[in-house]
Amino acid sequence: MDALTQHKPALEFKSTTINVPTLILSSPNLTEIEALLKQKIAQAPEFFRHSPLILDLQALSDHQQELDCSETIRLLRNLDFLPIGIRGANMAQKEEAATLNIPVLSNLPQSSAAAEPPPKPPVEKTTAEKIDEPTKPIENMLINHPVRSGQQVYSKADLIVTATVSAGAEIIAEGNIHVYGSLRGKALAGASGNSNCHIFCSDLQAELISIAGTYQVSDEISDTAKNTPVQISLKEQSLVINPLK
Amino acid sequence: MGRIIVITSGKGGVGKTTTSAAIAMGLAKKGHKTVVIDFDVGLRNLDLVMGCERRVVYDLINVINEESSLNQALIKDKRCNQLFILPASQTRDKDALSQEGIEKILNQLKKEFKYIVCDSPAGIERGAQLAMYFADDAFVVTNPEVSSVRDSDRMLGILASKSQRAENDEEPIQEYLLLSRYSPSRVKMGEMLSVEDVQEILSMDLLGVVPESQAVLNASNKGIPVILDEQSDAGQAYADIVARYLGEEREHRFIDEEKKGLFGKLFRSK
Repeated sequence: MDALTQHKPALEFKSTTINVPTLILSSPNLTEIEALLKQKIAQAPEFFRHSPLILDLQALSDHQQELDCSETIRLLRNLDFLPIGIRGANMAQKEEAATLNIPVLSNLPQSSAAAEPPPKPPVEKTTAEKIDEPTKPIENMLINHPVRSGQQVYSKADLIVTATVSAGAEIIAEGNIHVYGSLRGKALAGASGNSNCHIFCSDLQAELISIAGTYQVSDEISDTAKNTPVQISLKEQSLVINPLK
Repeated sequence: MGRIIVITSGKGGVGKTTTSAAIAMGLAKKGHKTVVIDFDVGLRNLDLVMGCERRVVYDLINVINEESSLNQALIKDKRCNQLFILPASQTRDKDALSQEGIEKILNQLKKEFKYIVCDSPAGIERGAQLAMYFADDAFVVTNPEVSSVRDSDRMLGILASKSQRAENDEEPIQEYLLLSRYSPSRVKMGEMLSVEDVQEILSMDLLGVVPESQAVLNASNKGIPVILDEQSDAGQAYADIVARYLGEEREHRFIDEEKKGLFGKLFRSK
């Protein structure tokens, strides 16, 4: 047995968050639902094939409308969806779901359910889109002291450093990077893939610059740009360094 | 309450122990009750540089393990009655240092002494981290060459993030830059980084420059802190540094060949 397998347990449980489309039903009419779903699938067949799905019956329950849960699940499976959960169901529906081995999920907070526009076509809106919206604005990060060798700074938005970034330091931002001192370490902007991000610095001596994964090491940076104030952007998959006037 | 000063660098051989001995002696000679602690467990040197190696009975680890009292382990300097030395153990290694043990000792010392000078081991591992963890001030000793400067930069990062002050969100450790083994003539020839280069890279103010000097080696070999050699350039440089640390205004010396003036000439004729 090697060292790795000795220390690593055979399994472990981890919590994970994923985005799953939610199908919000506001009519108990299965024929209507089937027609609308087929229409949607025709628009993007690959997207919907074997797509996991959560069935949200809250709107129906709110209006005391009865829906045949088992029939709906069968319908969805026939259309190549993979229903993986149900929420907003009444007692009878919950029992049906349980017999079909569909997990019953907790309801969404009432306020967001109420915010749902009910008259829209049912499949239009998914909670996946709602989860993507940040609950509170992501703050930019401001650093007023030197970032030293061996230190790493990560900003979920823009990163502004008013001092030197030393060689051997790493500054990473999902947004833009501004350095109002010498930039000697590594600077990685658009870390989550945003290719519209820029790097601004008043003295470029960086070991590495990167925007959305496209990078240049110090050797590849032109000598004319070094030790000058510059703006770095990404154009057609390559980094462009322009002087800052 | 006493103030804890850590003498640190990251890189080895830059002059931490020489500096610790000189600074501690300098502060004591100014009338402040001072203790200097050797944190370099396993490689004790400070007692040699201080010239008290034949009087070591108990050491830092004995005190941590409560095998001796703090007063039993402290060695009183023969030249200055305000100065005490707490030597390191040579038979143990740095794993014998515990954070709780060190905190207890430092708290005890803080009540009795004005300044507690901690001579950090090289590196950024346990020994060095424990030496700086409780510090109020840090003297970062750097040589004018790139690897030493890089290591000091790394150490400054650790001082800013892994000290007790940083962890409790208190006022950060006050950092002082000390450039040692400086040779203006070699800077001129482009063989060494200049004071400006080092200051620019580390972006911090300079407390003092200690010139490369034969006096340092002589003093270490004799077990006399170089600050006591008042004729020497290094001795004067350390005296300046202590004075500046205590708030005196003193012009920087030993940075340019020209500025050496009378002392420089005196020294060159030696």
